[in-house]
Amino acid sequence: MKALRRLGLAAVAVSAMTTNVLAADIVIGIRSEPSSMDPYFHNLTPNNSMIGHVFERLVEFDSNQAIFGGAAESWKPVNDTTWEFKLRKGIKFHDGSDLTVDDVIFSFERADNYEGGNSSFRTYTKGKKLVKVDDHTLHIVTEEPYPLMANDMTTVMIMSSEAKGTDSSGKNKGISAKDFNDGTAAIGSGPYKFVEWKKGEEIVLEKFDGYTGLIKQPWDKVTFKFIKSEPARVAALLAGDVDAIDNVPTVDIERLKKDPRVVLSSGISNRVIYLHLDQFRDVSPFVTDKAGNPMTSNPLKDARVRKALSMMINREAIVERVMEGVAIPAGQLLPKGFFGVSPNLKPDPYDPAAAKKLLAEAGYPDGFALTAHGPNDRYINDAKILEAIGQLFTSNGIPTKVETMTKNVFFKRASSGADGQPEFSLVLVGWGSGTGEASSPLKSLLATHDKDKGMGASNRGRHSNPKMDELLNKALATVDDAAREKLLAEATDVGIGEDMGIIPLHYQVNTWATKKGIKYIPRTDERTTAFDFVPE
Amino acid sequence: MTVFVIRRLLQAALVMLIMSLLVFGGVFLVGDPVEMLVADDADQAERQAIIKSMGLDLPFYMQYLRFVGNALQGDMGNSFVFQEPAMELILERMPATFELAVAALLIAVVIGIPLGIYAGLKADSWVSKTIMTASILGFSVPTFWVGIMMILFFAVVLGWLPSTGRGDTVELFGIPVSFLTLDGLQHLILPAVNLALFKLSMVIRLARAGTREVVHQDYIKFARAKGLSTGRIIGVHLFKNIMIPVVTVLGLEFGGLIAFSVVTETVFAWPGMGKLLIDSIGFLDRPVIVAYLLFVVGLFVFINLIVDVLYSVLDPRVRLQEVKS
Repeated sequence: MKALRRLGLAAVAVSAMTTNVLAADIVIGIRSEPSSMDPYFHNLTPNNSMIGHVFERLVEFDSNQAIFGGAAESWKPVNDTTWEFKLRKGIKFHDGSDLTVDDVIFSFERADNYEGGNSSFRTYTKGKKLVKVDDHTLHIVTEEPYPLMANDMTTVMIMSSEAKGTDSSGKNKGISAKDFNDGTAAIGSGPYKFVEWKKGEEIVLEKFDGYTGLIKQPWDKVTFKFIKSEPARVAALLAGDVDAIDNVPTVDIERLKKDPRVVLSSGISNRVIYLHLDQFRDVSPFVTDKAGNPMTSNPLKDARVRKALSMMINREAIVERVMEGVAIPAGQLLPKGFFGVSPNLKPDPYDPAAAKKLLAEAGYPDGFALTAHGPNDRYINDAKILEAIGQLFTSNGIPTKVETMTKNVFFKRASSGADGQPEFSLVLVGWGSGTGEASSPLKSLLATHDKDKGMGASNRGRHSNPKMDELLNKALATVDDAAREKLLAEATDVGIGEDMGIIPLHYQVNTWATKKGIKYIPRTDERTTAFDFVPE
Repeated sequence: MTVFVIRRLLQAALVMLIMSLLVFGGVFLVGDPVEMLVADDADQAERQAIIKSMGLDLPFYMQYLRFVGNALQGDMGNSFVFQEPAMELILERMPATFELAVAALLIAVVIGIPLGIYAGLKADSWVSKTIMTASILGFSVPTFWVGIMMILFFAVVLGWLPSTGRGDTVELFGIPVSFLTLDGLQHLILPAVNLALFKLSMVIRLARAGTREVVHQDYIKFARAKGLSTGRIIGVHLFKNIMIPVVTVLGLEFGGLIAFSVVTETVFAWPGMGKLLIDSIGFLDRPVIVAYLLFVVGLFVFINLIVDVLYSVLDPRVRLQEVKS
């Protein structure tokens, strides 16, 4: 009897599940709403992940940021400065028209000349000339050898050149962001069609039957609901109002693990959390002696001091206690498996004795005092991490005060204070590699700050080492993958291994939660995409 | 009367001008919107271009004068994030907030007044004491926490009501409303109750105080002596008289409901103006923050003006004479 009843229950459960999967609709609760459906309006993760459902790119990232063919089925360099892309034949836009090289050129022109918007794709389009060979063959010509061509092509989305807009001034090819937001011009060739955007509430997408690409289409209808508040997002999942959520708060993970209705999927991201240290001022404003008096020198300029600080950080303990186990200790810019990662670098072990010795060697046997700054609403548990680091420094002879503030105040001051220079001495920040390889963080965080060359744009510690710059520049001009990978690893060995230009703390692990019967294939680029939710 | 209104309008204009300077100056001092908007891997030239396109390279007084100049022509500027007119964004979200506020107000009145009258009539009973204790809770427990608890209890544990969002809407005179569909109504209940709690407590206390005062007055005793039924005494004589303070306060509080439903809208992901404000603060979307706050100031000035005008029309003694005759 008992067995029978159990069988009956199981049957009910199975049938409930299958009807769910057959209906193939999914409602996903996400934290961030995109700012536009215009693919070139704002180069930002929430936008790129949402709009990427509707539009194809020439090349796509899979969940590990490995590249595969999007609208292009193959690509190769034909000489040092020319790349050839072959488009897949038979690609249809959502309005039924064909996608050809003309549409690609139209899209790149609109992206490159975009006026207004919040952050353009020019970083990826500038210096590139697109030449039509035939309807399905495209040449992209650069002045210098350009190895990152395929990676760059994972950014700009391809829209129909026949899309019509309402902007009479002719700006942005006469199509304004509004025309995408209401759907008029949102004609792509991606796996999902744009249906509707209720601002502040939800975006609805629908499966495109004419899609011929490699991305799976597990759902007929996809609804993204924007739920910013973290407890509300978790509650919405538990209440069954949404089938899945992104950015599960770490405090809830243990509890959700025990909940039989919920499946957690977590995966490492390309985002490293690290410390920038002031390496450009002879006297740093937030470094004092232990009595609180200004110092005559800036200890943070000395690589040995930076190494000592790194060894005072108990990464294992931070991951275990602060991050609830959901992070991985870091010893460089990207986790193992990414392109350009150095095989030589491991996370620094917690070793206060060695740290003290190094400090003494550097001429600071008595240590000094610090104030560390960081955001409290930008990265997972950011304020708590910084507090833990402050305690570790303090207990190892570097009395440290910790000040955290909201991100919209913090970043301004961390990048350019009153005198236009970074204001703080030691800051906690994070970096996600948009290109999925090591040149992105090397270029922005460790290369010498140079406005004209666009290097070191986010180098808030102003670390600078000509040797590393040279290796990086060489890598950026080397088309041969194996040789480039080696150069990037060498540059990392110099920037982190020798110099400790930044102190890496841990790689973030992102967590998605789904109701039973669905799981998420975690993406390293932190995007939440409907096609990576798969019925189990 | 006309002089009074004109004088008040001039005062209102002055208030708006001072507010605009305070608000504009306030948000100008905080942070850098470009840091919030720009892609991580944008280079320095790209940042510079964005700063210029938003007019953030100009000194403060230039930005402010430009803003005032445009505002006088009815243009409150474009949102940095969406690059659409800030006022349009706010008005787009207004129906949702308005609906929530009206629902909350109705709940406060429909439940609060009977409870308050009961507590006033039978002040010593344990039911009254319970009502009054509960109303203290309604005053003192933070809205955010109550909202989360309501979601946990009614949506997660019991599964009766949806936890988030607005649900289906239909158009009423071209404005999307959710109270006309079952799904929309279900979505409305929790946030409306959450938003109503504070006002509900207030209405209970006002109605109770009014009742306690009015029951002992001569005309109630006289009505009783005439042999009128208790229902009629409470429903007509008592009710009408306690309503004067309740209506006055609620009129003023309605503006507050609309302006400060921020917390409730955030907890329940209700797509109204409050959520827009919070999102805009997160992104340092200055034009929307300024437009929102000025809109709220305008709303309060307007409501106050109406209340004042009504007062000068509805002199209580005039009403009293009418009742007597």
